[in-house]
Amino acid sequence: MENKLIDYILSLADTTLILAQRNAEWCGHGPILEQDIAITNISLDLIGQSRNFYQYAANLIGGDATEDSLAYLRKEREFKNLLLVEQPNGDWGQTILRQYLFSQFQYLLFEKLEHSKDEQLAAITAKALKEIKYHVRWSSEWVIRLGDGTAESKTRMLKAIEELWKYTGEMFVPGEYEKEIDVTVLKDEWLQKVKIIFDEATLPLPENVFMQTGGKEGVHTEHLGYILTELQYMQRAYPNSTW
Amino acid sequence: MVVDKKIAEQNIWQILETVCDPEVPVLSILDLGIVRDVKIDNSPSTQDAVQGDGGIEIVITPTYTGCPAMDMITMDIKMRLLENGYKKIKVTSVLSPAWTTDWMSEAGKQKLKAYGIAPPYTRSDDTGDLVIECPQCKSTNTKLISQFGSTACKALYQCNDCKEPFDYFKCH
Repeated sequence: MENKLIDYILSLADTTLILAQRNAEWCGHGPILEQDIAITNISLDLIGQSRNFYQYAANLIGGDATEDSLAYLRKEREFKNLLLVEQPNGDWGQTILRQYLFSQFQYLLFEKLEHSKDEQLAAITAKALKEIKYHVRWSSEWVIRLGDGTAESKTRMLKAIEELWKYTGEMFVPGEYEKEIDVTVLKDEWLQKVKIIFDEATLPLPENVFMQTGGKEGVHTEHLGYILTELQYMQRAYPNSTW
Repeated sequence: MVVDKKIAEQNIWQILETVCDPEVPVLSILDLGIVRDVKIDNSPSTQDAVQGDGGIEIVITPTYTGCPAMDMITMDIKMRLLENGYKKIKVTSVLSPAWTTDWMSEAGKQKLKAYGIAPPYTRSDDTGDLVIECPQCKSTNTKLISQFGSTACKALYQCNDCKEPFDYFKCH
């Protein structure tokens, strides 16, 4: 039971860390200064959340485990993050859509988790929810702006949907350690919320798409290895180095 | 003993009042509502506490999960207490109940305004459309530029009258 909880906490930590890392790639490259700041602020929120999860997991694991060893010294197959969050940034539209699809899911999930009987999990998620509310609002506004924008922006959003939609099904397929919340029941509500935004953005909701899975069990797309290479470089090259 | 402990506690709160937020230096960590509790172990007398025999614990809560100022604030608390003769100092961080701008003191809000940052106007559960007053010219004719400002806790606004951009400390 304890091991399942640790794996579950790690899956939450990995997903937030990897999306934070992806968003941080925009630092200094955002389309305009305000949005560069916005996406990196979201990255910072996600890093904060992942730190809380890693610290909690390290606590449960005990021994030499620390938030740093869990983030920097685990291998690709040990990471349990969602496939969606490791997908490349692509253009701004693709980054925005990835953020929206995930934040909308994360909001619904954490709304359940903040009532978890596990006090620490409840505390971390209750705090994160306040931040996620902003992420959902900001990213959904962008989806609408770009979807219902110019012919060019719409074409790009359609392409982003084609790229990313196949990774959304995994969110609602429970991993074998995922016992806290039944994620299958979140699917309908998530779809409803996404449909409202897509309708306003004049974007079609895809149907009958084959869904990719595997991230929760450590089977990733080819992108994760590259992310970890960069993320973990310092600790791999100079073990135990500190600031 | 009880009286002594009270005095020691008051003394510690006074010291904490002098620790500022590194990102918003006009605010003390008490103005922000970051300090949740001060605990003195083993009910030492004031003397003991000052000499560091008893040990003290400061309980703080982060404003935003990823706020990079928290590590610095923890360090500043330790340094300031050390300067004042306390030796055994423990700073603990708690997440629950989650920090809210409702805990910001009235004095803190006034200080923010004078510093040029619009303070959080409504209580955190208020979701209505916000009218944010420009801290420069007091006009309420302002517009939101970005929900994310120079730090996680602020949004960026601009005044339509005096044209100055300004930070707004978000309700949270």
